[in-house]
Formats: sequence, C-alpha cells, structure tokens
Amino acid sequence: MSFSIATTVAQALTAIADGARPIAGGSDLVVGARHGKAPLPDSLVAIDRVAELSEIEAGADGTRIGAVVNHARLMTDPIVVDNYTALADAAALVGSPATRSVGTLGGNIMNGSPAMDTGAPLIVMGAQVELQSAGGVRTLSIADLWDAPGSNTAAADELCTAVLLPPPGERCGSAYVRLEYRRAMEIAVVGAAAAVVLDDAGAIVNARVALAAVAPTIIEVGGIEDRVAGRPLDDDGRAAVAEAASAQASPISDMRASDAYRRHTVGVMARRAVDAAVRRALGEEIAVPVNRALGIGAA
Amino acid sequence: MTIDMNNATAVTLRVNGTDYPMLLETGRNLLGAIRNEVGLTGTKEGCDDCECGACMVLLDGRPVNSCSYLAVQAQGREITTIEGLAHGQELSELQTAMLEAGGVQCGFCTPGMLMSATALLERNPSPTREEIKVGLGGNLCRCTGYGRILDAVERTVTIR
Repeated sequence: MSFSIATTVAQALTAIADGARPIAGGSDLVVGARHGKAPLPDSLVAIDRVAELSEIEAGADGTRIGAVVNHARLMTDPIVVDNYTALADAAALVGSPATRSVGTLGGNIMNGSPAMDTGAPLIVMGAQVELQSAGGVRTLSIADLWDAPGSNTAAADELCTAVLLPPPGERCGSAYVRLEYRRAMEIAVVGAAAAVVLDDAGAIVNARVALAAVAPTIIEVGGIEDRVAGRPLDDDGRAAVAEAASAQASPISDMRASDAYRRHTVGVMARRAVDAAVRRALGEEIAVPVNRALGIGAA
Repeated sequence: MTIDMNNATAVTLRVNGTDYPMLLETGRNLLGAIRNEVGLTGTKEGCDDCECGACMVLLDGRPVNSCSYLAVQAQGREITTIEGLAHGQELSELQTAMLEAGGVQCGFCTPGMLMSATALLERNPSPTREEIKVGLGGNLCRCTGYGRILDAVERTVTIR
C-alpha cells in the first residue's frame, strides 16, 4: 500500500496517472472500506491540502467551487448562501459537524449516491463539473456525471477539480428540501431542489426541479417550466409540480421508506422546494437550511 | 497488533502539542493510532462506524470522527483529544460545567461530547440552545436524554 499527500493539482494528477486513487476527507472511502463495501485502494493520494482545490471564486463567468471545499464552508460561504442557496441548504443537512468538516463537494458528487444532498441543487442551478487528467481538462454537465447508483462517468485517471456554476441572475431563488426522520446523521428519505427565475411582476420565467433518492441517480423533472411559467406561483402550479415529481420518480423500497411513500413525499418536497425558491426570489429571507424553517424532521 | 513493516509508513502525529513518531499502515484509523500508539485512551470507540461520535477529536480545531479517518492523513495537523482540554490538573470551563450540570452518567459519550462542544464554542462563543443541538448533532448519548449536556454547554456560555 502506498500513500502520498499532494499539495498541487499536478502532483495529484501524476499520482493518479500512476494508479493512485484520490482521497479527501475519506468519509465515503474509509467508511465504505470498513463496511467491506470496497477495500481501500492499494495506492492513495490525499488531495485535501491542495490549495487550488480549496477555493471559491466568483467572476463574470460564474462561480468556481474547488472540489475539496467542505460542506461546513458551503453552508456558510456568503457567495454560496446568497447566490446558490439550495447548495447551502443541502450542505447544511449533510451528516453532523464532523461529517461536514471532512466531507467535500467533489467527494459527494463523485461518490454518486442517488441520495446525495448536493446533486439535485447542482442540477437545477445548471452546474458543470471540471475533470482533469494528465492529458488535459474537460467539463461536462453535472447530470452527465452519473450513470448508476454509486458510479460516475469519469475515467479512472480523471480527477474532479471543480464545480462551475453560472452567474446568478436578477430575481433568482433556489432551495433544497429533504424528508428526514431525524435532524443529524441522516440520509435523505427523498429530497427535492428547485431554482426559479422571476420577472419584475413576480411571474415565473424559468423553473427547474431535481429529485434525490427516488431513482438510480439524481434526476431532473421534465416539463416543469410548461406547468408553472408565465404567471406567479399559484396553487395550480404547486400541485402541478408535485404531480410531475411523483409521476417521474421511480423509487425503491428499503429500510428507510417504501416506494409508494417515497413517490408521494417527493411530490410534497418538490412543491415545498419550488415554494421556498419563489419566496427567496421575491426577496424573503429564509435561513439555511430551509428544512428548519419548514419544520421538517423530528425536533 | 502486528505491523507489517513493508506496508507501514513512518509518520509523526502531533497530539495535544506533543509530537509522536510512529509506524502506521495506510489503512490504520486515527482512533487506533491515538489509543494504541500514543496511548491516550480518553477517546472512545463506540459504533466504530462514524455514527455515534464517541471517537470525536479535533483536527486543526475541526471535529472529526477518528474511527473513520486515516491516521496518515492527520500528519502535519494539530490533533486535540479529551486529554488536551484540561490545563494540568485544572479542568476547562466546559469540563467543569459538565460536572456541575450533571451531564455525565455512564461517561462513555462524554469525551466526544466535550470535543464537539469545544469545537462549537470555538467558532460560536455564544450559541443558542438550538445551535448547541446542531453542534452536538453527531454525538449520541444513551443515558442522559441530552438535557443536562445541553445545560452544561449553556452554563459554559453564561460563566464566560
């Protein structure tokens, strides 16, 4: 077994080209190995000290979030909280303070769990993922990163280096809501993220909804815009969002919930997410995570 | 336990301000290194699965479940364990408050609770009761019902 600590992306890519697997906080890799899910790779390169991967930079082209930015920072960083609020909502719900201090955004998306909290917010906000290898760099739409539960489409020699988010517009709002049975160390029973853009009169111009824990990967709900655009959010719009989300979910039954319960509740979460996103776009302050404001989860 | 020298890496872990050189296999967890190599047994193994928080230590001031963190990744970081909270024989304000509030029953969760609370108070010196609950969200206690543990953290805020 070999282990090295990279301090630059170049060092990390060299190690990966030689067969090492990247580790940041280890909250998936180490826990998974200890569960016997997959043995710890023979060769590891620690990437959590690479400064280039630890930055959040906002520019005219949008915001670049380094792959090893942790959840504790995502939930409090003013750039994220103000402009990409659904991502902050999601980060604040991950695990516990300890999980959030070691767990990273890059780790969460590359792990590819269909129940991940950060995935649905990234889809609705139009995120791109940056992958680098010794051979170069490419970006892909976040939805194209996932192909199956616990899997991603990156090549073995590619390192996730950043998540890229488009610049925020005027009168935008987003939210991530999840059904949970307890308020810490919880995994989404189901989750839903929404992002909306309103016009000056408060009518919906654009709306996107994505769902967690109801399909083999995070999925976007199709046809949302047709159902809600052109008017302010009303009860018909809320009902249409819930109906579309439930209809397009393909949940499984497991120890946390039945498929029928998931199908119903993901509609409720989607409706609440759109509602919270619109309220935020209208200027209302709803603290992160929105789950607490909505009173979801046992007290 | 046996250490396969071929797989072991020479590392130095800095625990409570003291450097401890040791040989570690890559897969060894930080909890095992602290308890068995350093010899500080205040940090507890509870679930050994990143759920209960009994193994909580601070890494550069941030709370970490040491059962599920690779010891080799802690090189060059400042590790603080429960043994590092007191100043000599003098308990920290938080430790004293925990005793006075009756926040200890069987005591097994107590070191982890104190480490999480220490991290919380470091970044938020006057948390609300709700914020204390969130700060201790990764720590399970099967005895107290949590009330007196929350009281202890609140008491620390008041004393300060």
